Amino acid sequence: MKLHKFKSSEITPENFYINRRKFLKKMGIVTGTAFASQNIITSTLSYTPETERKITPYKFVTTYNNYYEFGTSKSDPHKNSKDFITKPWDIKIDGEVENEITLSVEEIKNMIPSEERIYRFRCVEGWSMVVPWLGFPLNKLLNKVKPTSKAKFVKFTSVYDPDQMKGQRFPVLNWPYKEGLRIDEAMHPLTIMVTGLYGKELPNQNGAPLRLIVPWKYGFKSAKAIVNIKFVEKMPVSSWMNASPKEYGFYSNVNPNVSHPRWSQATERVIGENIYSPRIKTVMFNGYGDEVAGLYDGMDLRKNF
Amino acid sequence: MIRIFKPTIFVLCLIPFIIIAYQILFNQLGAEPVKQVTHHTGEWTLRFILLSLAMTPLKKITKILHWIKYRRMLGLFAFFYGTLHLLTYIGFDYQFNLDPIIDDVLNKKFIFIGFAAWLLMLPLAITSNQKMVLILKQNWKKIHRLSYLVGIFAVLHFIWLSKTIFFEPLVYLIILITLLTLRLDFIKFSFKKKSVN
Repeated sequence: MKLHKFKSSEITPENFYINRRKFLKKMGIVTGTAFASQNIITSTLSYTPETERKITPYKFVTTYNNYYEFGTSKSDPHKNSKDFITKPWDIKIDGEVENEITLSVEEIKNMIPSEERIYRFRCVEGWSMVVPWLGFPLNKLLNKVKPTSKAKFVKFTSVYDPDQMKGQRFPVLNWPYKEGLRIDEAMHPLTIMVTGLYGKELPNQNGAPLRLIVPWKYGFKSAKAIVNIKFVEKMPVSSWMNASPKEYGFYSNVNPNVSHPRWSQATERVIGENIYSPRIKTVMFNGYGDEVAGLYDGMDLRKNF
Repeated sequence: MIRIFKPTIFVLCLIPFIIIAYQILFNQLGAEPVKQVTHHTGEWTLRFILLSLAMTPLKKITKILHWIKYRRMLGLFAFFYGTLHLLTYIGFDYQFNLDPIIDDVLNKKFIFIGFAAWLLMLPLAITSNQKMVLILKQNWKKIHRLSYLVGIFAVLHFIWLSKTIFFEPLVYLIILITLLTLRLDFIKFSFKKKSVN
């Protein structure tokens, strides 16, 4: 059968091997020169898990997006975000803190240098990418304030601007988009604030000017175009939890053993592969288990999905 | 007229197939090829189901009998695209790996109802030829009332697979409700007429 013929020729182990070699070589250059000064945890983390996987082409990273503020189709964000104004842009950090602050994105970028982080990105819909983000650990930003003893969670609020964001004119979700993390998750060195991708400024459709990336959680946890970071005492209710509490839990860690009512999470499709490519197995915590499993010691991840 | 119209419409109905075949052969499917083929074939299945359900109301409204002559063809195209849709899911998406498919059918309600819709189309397709109409007589009409259920299942399939309130499934739902209500009125209407007689 034709289907099988194509499958074997396209996905030979040799091909994988070559890609892996190319990738390792590329990474070798990257870690050896441009990012030599970055701390060890960064280079190991962005290095090890990704040796098996190809980086997703720029074209797909920037044209295949879930960003309902700009429309519900995957191609909408790219089309509808072209004129989105991201300058000036202020981010307020407040709530259960002793010293609330408001910083402009420019100030933040000047204060905290960005570094490259190549992460797997796994969408709850069952597809995945590998994206070379530019960003910095969120804890570097959060350390600018002193949380009070009441602070247990961090709540992220994205921008609300229906004039510029077509999708917000419809009650698809309860706008503005809200997300949340436990403080230890937010402070984890893998959790980053993203300022760019592929060595360039962050495109609007990917969440400019500043978005979150939590690589061991499903993509929707990584809020885009953030305007407010609030330390709170109670677990925040995210927009998706609000829309469908049975389907979207607060934690939303990538977990092949906990199925979503619509999508099996055991496998995923790799974006950019051809039609004959098989699904690949989804890995617990999206492959970042060594780094983050400890955060959930003793927790029932089926209940706390 | 029908001699020209019928082949023309047949060719028009094949256009969605030609488009997707071209995209597959020439690698034009974009970021997530399997999803692209799945969505394309699924959407056209739903459109053909609704089109085939629209012929009787159109006949009654316009009082032109011709519409009914396209009903079978449109219904068979619905089955054709529905089968492609199912095969895409089984063959391309899961590479004929039956375990996850069975798991999906049993545990995901949108897949369950979608699969049920396809199963219900089977007897309709099998009994669609003239010979079967003659053999089954009155029963033919009864069997082919399943097409309403197919329409309902197909729209539910689309609504249930959507993450939130999406515009498109709602449009299909409104069209379906309109088509089925129109039929209800005709049933009532013809019933009244009968009782008067």
